[in-house]
Amino acid sequence: MNMTSPATGLGAIPRVNVEIRGLSKAYGEAWHRQQIIADLDLDVSAGQLTVVIGPSGCGKSTLVGLIAGFEKPDTGEIKIDGVPVGGPGNDRMVVFQETALMPWLTVRQNVSFGPRLRGDMDRAVLKAETDRLIEKVGLREFKDKYPLQLSGGMQRRAELARAMMNQPKLMIMDEPFRGLDAMSRELMQEFFLKLFEENRRTNLFVTSEIDEAIFLADRLVVLSNRPATVRRVIPIELPRPRTYGMLGSAQAYEYKREALDILHQEAMKSFKKGGGQSDFLEAYAKRVQ
Amino acid sequence: MNAVFWRGILALIVAVLLWELGSRFKQMFGVQLPWIGMVPPPSNVVQAWAKVVTEAGYWQSWYLSLNRVLAGFIAAQIVGIPFGLALAVNRYFRDIFFPPFEILRPIPPLAWVPASLIFWPTNEMSIAFVTFLGAFYTIVINVLGGARTINVQYLRAAQSMGATQWHLFWKIILPGTMPSIFTGASVGMGITWEVVVAAEMISGGGTQAGGGLGFFIWNSYMGGSLEQIVVGMISIGIAGYLCASAIRYIGFAAMPWRRLF
Repeated sequence: MNMTSPATGLGAIPRVNVEIRGLSKAYGEAWHRQQIIADLDLDVSAGQLTVVIGPSGCGKSTLVGLIAGFEKPDTGEIKIDGVPVGGPGNDRMVVFQETALMPWLTVRQNVSFGPRLRGDMDRAVLKAETDRLIEKVGLREFKDKYPLQLSGGMQRRAELARAMMNQPKLMIMDEPFRGLDAMSRELMQEFFLKLFEENRRTNLFVTSEIDEAIFLADRLVVLSNRPATVRRVIPIELPRPRTYGMLGSAQAYEYKREALDILHQEAMKSFKKGGGQSDFLEAYAKRVQ
Repeated sequence: MNAVFWRGILALIVAVLLWELGSRFKQMFGVQLPWIGMVPPPSNVVQAWAKVVTEAGYWQSWYLSLNRVLAGFIAAQIVGIPFGLALAVNRYFRDIFFPPFEILRPIPPLAWVPASLIFWPTNEMSIAFVTFLGAFYTIVINVLGGARTINVQYLRAAQSMGATQWHLFWKIILPGTMPSIFTGASVGMGITWEVVVAAEMISGGGTQAGGGLGFFIWNSYMGGSLEQIVVGMISIGIAGYLCASAIRYIGFAAMPWRRLF
């Protein structure tokens, strides 16, 4: 299935493979050096929705920053279809935890920001494509509003449209629905899944919510406590299109129990390891780096 | 005109009325009022005002003070905004220029008056310089703080979409700093008025740089006209209010996304 209509003149979305091998990253100097990611191997397969789940503070956002190219790994490699990641690029789009819509631009200006900046899209196509994506995420009546005039859910949808506008080969979602109320969160998950199932753009989705993870994932990657490594990969074989009701099935329950077992073990480890003081030092080390 | 406007007018009327009563009767409910009895009542001030508005000297004072304020203020914007932005975006620039800036900053602008009277060729230039200093530090600190606290996600998102350093500066850092630029401007404008009035009083009404509202007040003091002192003070209040309104209006026009609430 191809999301873009031939009329817009935009091609199909290429499906890319992401290969991560031996990835390590530490922050801070000398005695307050903190290993965040240690020797992590991960595959994000073409056309799949890979969900990464891990205890809070385990290094999920650092992983996102590395794949997006905002930061450089200490060791290891990230390859996208065999090409190593060198820095940020518009082949990968990140949807951030808190909204990253520019507050001084309207929805329309935000959505068209990338192509306008790069000047790589014909004016008529740019306008048509912007309108089409805004329509797609259901914000037609809000396209001349500023982000602060939108609800949390609308902001997330505008951000999805902005990401799609750049035709990324890989979408990276960093706890994108965190902070939304339960109702909008569920609606956003269903909406996001519909978008994904339409074109199956390779997607890496980071979350700390187990139900969200199982509802969305083709493959569920469970991370360890910090330093983050992959503890287990669970293929989620619930049928698509997914519905929220499937979370009540015995199969979904099995997945959930398996993942929660590991997460619980990891949480206990961190609980035993750290008193209040070491938490403080860690927080401090993160601040000063 | 809306309710807010009329509430404001009503508050002013009540304040003037209390002032009038206070300075006429010097006591209220049998209690002696402090200091208000020595202030001329507004009716006398208005009379004095009605007299000075017919004199060219009064308007000349407005013109001179306003001129000095604007000269110092605009110069401070022109130098301060790029300087603050440069401090924010370039590490080496910050390492070199921030320490001396921080040492000069605590020196009150008025402490510069004697030195600038000596160093600048005319009194007019020294007043403008001191006025400039009054706004400069505030503007720089606000711009620097604003630019340094821009959400890093905006920069990252823009980078992902292919922004160059040039784009990051013009499309993210500059609009992101705009609210702080206007905060700095309105605070700076207030300081500019404080400084210009004091500088005018100190430098006096010599042949070179006479007048100004500060000098108008000083002159009224020397001439023993309490009413005219108050006229001068309220004139400065009005002038400052007009300047602050102008900045608010420009900020309103320049930042449509801030008009939402």
